[in-house]
Amino acid sequence: MGRYVVRRLLQMIPVFVGATALLFVMVNVMGDPVAGLCGERACDTATAAQLKQEFGLDQPLWRQYATYMSNVFTGDFGTAFNGRPVLELMASAFPVTVRLTLVAVVFEIVVGVTLGVLTGLRRGRPVDTAVLLATLVVISVPTFVTGLLLQLLLGVRWGWIRPSVPPQAPLDQLILPGLVLASVSLAYVTRLTRTSLAENRRADYVRTAVAKGLPRRRVVVRHLLRNSLIPVVTFIGTDVGALMGGAIVTERIFNIHGVGYQLYQGILRQNTQTVVGFVTVLVLVFLIANLLVDLLYAVLDPRIRYA
Amino acid sequence: MRAPARVVWAAGAVAAVLPLAACGSGAGVPGGSVLSASWGDPQNPLEPANTNEVQGGKVLDMIFRGLKRYNPRTGKAENMLAEKIETTDARTYTITVKPGWRFSNGEPVTARSFVDAWNYGASLKNKQRNAYFFGYIEGYDKVHPARGPQTADTLSGLKVTGERTFTVRLSQPFSSFPDTLGYAAFAPLPRMFFTDHKAWLDKPVGNGPYRIESYTKGAQMYLKKWDAYPGPDKARNDGVTLLVYTDSNTAYTDVLAGNLDLVDDIPATQLKNVRKDLDGRYINTPAGLLQTLAFPFWDPAWNTEGARKVRIGLSMAIDRETITRTLFRGTRTPATDWTSPVLGTAGGYQAGLCGRACTYRPAEAKRLVQEGGGLPGGQVRITYNADSGSHKEWVDAVCNSINNALGDDHACVGNPVGTFADFRNRIAQHRMTGPFRAGWQMDYPLIQNFLQPLYYTDASSNDGKWSNATFDRLVDQANAARDQATAIRLFQQAERVVRDEMAAIPLWYQNGSAGYSDRLHDVALNPFSVPVYDEITVG
Repeated sequence: MGRYVVRRLLQMIPVFVGATALLFVMVNVMGDPVAGLCGERACDTATAAQLKQEFGLDQPLWRQYATYMSNVFTGDFGTAFNGRPVLELMASAFPVTVRLTLVAVVFEIVVGVTLGVLTGLRRGRPVDTAVLLATLVVISVPTFVTGLLLQLLLGVRWGWIRPSVPPQAPLDQLILPGLVLASVSLAYVTRLTRTSLAENRRADYVRTAVAKGLPRRRVVVRHLLRNSLIPVVTFIGTDVGALMGGAIVTERIFNIHGVGYQLYQGILRQNTQTVVGFVTVLVLVFLIANLLVDLLYAVLDPRIRYA
Repeated sequence: MRAPARVVWAAGAVAAVLPLAACGSGAGVPGGSVLSASWGDPQNPLEPANTNEVQGGKVLDMIFRGLKRYNPRTGKAENMLAEKIETTDARTYTITVKPGWRFSNGEPVTARSFVDAWNYGASLKNKQRNAYFFGYIEGYDKVHPARGPQTADTLSGLKVTGERTFTVRLSQPFSSFPDTLGYAAFAPLPRMFFTDHKAWLDKPVGNGPYRIESYTKGAQMYLKKWDAYPGPDKARNDGVTLLVYTDSNTAYTDVLAGNLDLVDDIPATQLKNVRKDLDGRYINTPAGLLQTLAFPFWDPAWNTEGARKVRIGLSMAIDRETITRTLFRGTRTPATDWTSPVLGTAGGYQAGLCGRACTYRPAEAKRLVQEGGGLPGGQVRITYNADSGSHKEWVDAVCNSINNALGDDHACVGNPVGTFADFRNRIAQHRMTGPFRAGWQMDYPLIQNFLQPLYYTDASSNDGKWSNATFDRLVDQANAARDQATAIRLFQQAERVVRDEMAAIPLWYQNGSAGYSDRLHDVALNPFSVPVYDEITVG
């Protein structure tokens, strides 16, 4: 197990280097960002040259990359165009997005799996049909529609919540944004759990457990659910990365100053250092989430072993 | 059963983290008659000579007062810190600072506060985005050479002559110079700005009616009324909390829900409902903002006598009246000259100067384009940046209008560019092949500011590289004129050259708009479309 983890962690190094290099090239393809810093006028050439020097943009691309990487290893992720260190931006943005993602994932697990179990055990009954229909609606309606609609209804019409999240983004204010962010994935989790559960219900080990005379509750939770959760865990694991990077829309609607917002600003202003820094961290989150998912397999299914 | 135990442990860890994550909440909402207002994250570090957009400008307007201040209603430059500004030749100015002014940290505002600030702003090594504002002052070419290292640290044209007096010598006569001094870049700076720059940036200190009480970068700023403010325009509320919104739609929703007091810049999608939604608490006032279409004069196809007729024809093919009414719902007004109504007639604004060329005349438009040899390349592509504003909507509407007038479905198409920086690059590298979006937000309410930076040969915002000797000569004469009236008359003459050549097609004057909660009274926007925060009363 330990060697497996070490091997997986080592594999992250080439992925990290490759991802940063690719990002570096991609952001640079968009052209010279300094031209956008002076408003509706041309930056005077001298100031533009100074700014390029400050941000290292006067160097050839490979050298910019080399400097960036060596700085990253000393903990310096560069500076955004508004003069704030990217590390500072990360320190303010990531905790917020992590909290939002956490809320979303909790929703996915609690609501999604519960509904999945409920429908999986009652296939074809009215409750199954109703939930299936509801998931279909949720999946087909884009997030920004759900978000804006709920914001208007709950925030303005009924006044139950604040339409926007305050800058500190406390957990209780993130419940609605978290639900909106989770909505589509939640529907998928429900469907995955349902199908997986329905399939495994006919498996030999379930029949054995029932024949042994185990209580129904124990059969479902210990034997049936544990095995059926493998595809669901895989989905949620990869979804963590997707939720963190893909929260742009939700964060914009609820005015949450998280990763999505910083990335959007970075892309609009073509700020290589912001974009590369944030996406790199997201890539790492994605890799680690995947590793955790793989390790969880062994917990869920005793037949899986890592040498 | 070893594994489930581990799961339980993990669940316990998550449960332990949750309350931790919930800590740090509880917004420090200040009491009293403090209002909250929407804000955007400033694009550049918050230094006076480094701020060239309206969000940073809002803060500077609250915490700084310069030698002059533009009257929030009339736009006229009035003395603020200046006791007098004297000149005999429109080239050397003697400036006396009023006594009794202080920065909010107690330091007195002296002549040196200005001279040091201006030297800092002009010096190349400080990389100030607005350095060119000091370009008229003698010695600018030494501290900010176009290429090569700078050979001086301070402007030779600036001299402190006493505790409260200093002289400014310009490199050429410029009679409107005193009226430009209300611009934020000319603000005075305390010693702390130079000695402890980082601390100053974390919490800027100025001499305006507000002082910054707390500032969380990227999130919010609380500006408290400065009780000891010596100026005549003391704040009429206890303070302002500026909250960063990433989307003006959310800010608008927050005003509707009563979470926010003031939103400036009403999103275009809400204009339809705003009067009903806010029950009249909506203002829509002219601002010094003109939208135009510029042309690539470096392209020979656009720089001929025939092309001049084509440009006038295109201008006549645009139905400004309908577009501003239906698309912008009256938040923009069809342009009939190349300045802005906020200047006032005395300031050089001349309604109808454009005449026939700016009215919708489809038949004449078609004839002119044909006479001029048709559209260069058979089609015009209007280039714009698609990342902000509602540029796509109006470009499509303008193209529609042109297509209808010329009776050709392919006469005009929009050409979106992804980011603003890329858009600017294409202009700088002369890669535009047809008309492109040009917007001009005035720096100061002077007719000079609407003409010289945009149409003078090689001026900083002359994006189309238009060049005309008569125009240049008239502008030079106007700047050298001894009195304001003569200067304005000469600028208007120069503007007529722009008209006759149709150097750029004027589209519409843009208004500033804002909505506010029922707690607020006396809400107004100044000619820069910034709310006049200090006049707002709460309760």
